[in-house]
Amino acid sequence: MPQAPPDAGPDAPSTPPAPPVLEVENLSIRYGDVSALRNVSLSVHEHEIFGIIGPANSGKTSFLKTLNRMDRFESHMRVEGHIRFLGRDVRAWRNVYALRQHIGVVFPLPVGLPLSIYDNVALSPRLRGVTDRRELDVIVERCLTRAALWDEVKDRLDSLGSLLSGGQQQRLTIARALSQDPALLLLDEFSIAVDPVTTMRIEDVLKELRKEMTIIMVTNLVQQARRLADRTAFFLTGDCVEIGRTDDLFEGKVKDPRTYDYILGRFG
Amino acid sequence: MFKATELNLRNEQREKRWRLLFLLMALLLILPVLIILILLVYRGGPVISWSFLFEFPRNGMTEGGIFPALLGTIFLVVVALVFSVPLGVAAAVYLSEYAPDNWLTRTINLAIINLAGVPSIVHALFGVGAFVLFFEFGTSILAASLTLGIMTLPVVIVATRESLQAVPHAFREACWALGATRWQTIRRIVLPNAVSGILTGIILEVSRTAGETAPIMFTGAAFFVPFLPESVYDQTMALSLHLYTISTQVTGVPEDLPFGVALVLIGIVLSMNALSIAFRVYLRNKKKW
Repeated sequence: MPQAPPDAGPDAPSTPPAPPVLEVENLSIRYGDVSALRNVSLSVHEHEIFGIIGPANSGKTSFLKTLNRMDRFESHMRVEGHIRFLGRDVRAWRNVYALRQHIGVVFPLPVGLPLSIYDNVALSPRLRGVTDRRELDVIVERCLTRAALWDEVKDRLDSLGSLLSGGQQQRLTIARALSQDPALLLLDEFSIAVDPVTTMRIEDVLKELRKEMTIIMVTNLVQQARRLADRTAFFLTGDCVEIGRTDDLFEGKVKDPRTYDYILGRFG
Repeated sequence: MFKATELNLRNEQREKRWRLLFLLMALLLILPVLIILILLVYRGGPVISWSFLFEFPRNGMTEGGIFPALLGTIFLVVVALVFSVPLGVAAAVYLSEYAPDNWLTRTINLAIINLAGVPSIVHALFGVGAFVLFFEFGTSILAASLTLGIMTLPVVIVATRESLQAVPHAFREACWALGATRWQTIRRIVLPNAVSGILTGIILEVSRTAGETAPIMFTGAAFFVPFLPESVYDQTMALSLHLYTISTQVTGVPEDLPFGVALVLIGIVLSMNALSIAFRVYLRNKKKW
């Protein structure tokens, strides 16, 4: 049995449910003739960490791509269904660039852009038209601090972000995502190229961030979902098998036995 | 214990022989370069002097210098670059960053490959028809440079496209995810990291343009012009054509004179190549990922 859950976390059923930040209805994704995801419906609430677990090729990454309309860059990707972000269909947003500025993304492999550490974090504000150096200084320091990287890099903000270590680069990408001031943060297997110590630091960062934003976290580490996620969805070969409170799933209160089998590591 | 079998030993022998064969073939490549350079320096070297470089040819090209040809070649190359670089880089940016995989893109790519394969004399005839006659530029630097520019366009496009493609795709995705448009991504991330490679391609193009003869001989380069070109509508002399005429068309030219001209021409080309290698080394040292 799990120990006492972390503070102020999933054990607060008394609070009324917050309005959903993201609603997905009957979402299907195909690559040409190959179906990657079928009829997924779910909603993600404000200040929630929503975990998505499942073996490779389950459609987890494809799912994330549709949320900020990155599917536009993949010519063979076909998306059906409805995605409402902040109450508005993502396809009805005036322009996709405005939509993407509200959604931060952290990729599986850390991508430090070949710019200085400072410019990496200042890039998104600059794209939005912030030019005042003092304003940028404040944003950069705040974002790097929140991503638990400031102390390590504050003396060398001019050195290249792409030459940091893997763990530092991943925190840099988180800082970069935070510089967008996102309402929703998407994390795609962020710990895949990060050492365990850094992973735990990032997990602490995420617990803090939850107070300010909504987080969707795709992970291949079942225990990571258990540590962080309020609710967890289990994707398997393109189907959303189950969505439930993380505690329930890990206690074996599942509707589909495959979910518990995966959680226990019997396959996957 | 392991013991080499008969077959092991025979394979080892073969391995040595094949390696030797390939090495010899590779070494053979150096030979023509060395012979050309030694011959040129040995026979052309004594010809070269300040007056050779900076005086007009005299006495039916048999005496004097090559200044108008030298200047003409530089003029032709610069004007050709002015046309081909912006056009080529812009086309490469479209093909690398924007173009969807459809029939139009495939047609453009096919056209580039074909353009690269067109013989230079055909380019020359096209230049006569299009620039000299149709656009009425006459035989002029403009017509000759445009012909050269079109001929070297594929080099610029391919070099640019390759250096753009060498920028990892993950950088673009990360930038798009921040809400950047394609153009913002190109301007802030892709181009700054491809620029050294593009420059390398352009320098290689220069060295190729400088040596071309056929495309300019009907479009703007002349056998002899008694004055220096003052505008792009003037005719000009050029090193490559000068070399061709004094070696084949003029009698009474001292035997070593063409070697001197050839040495100057190859000097320009090799120093451009050296510059491009230096750029590549610089690029490698500045590698940002």
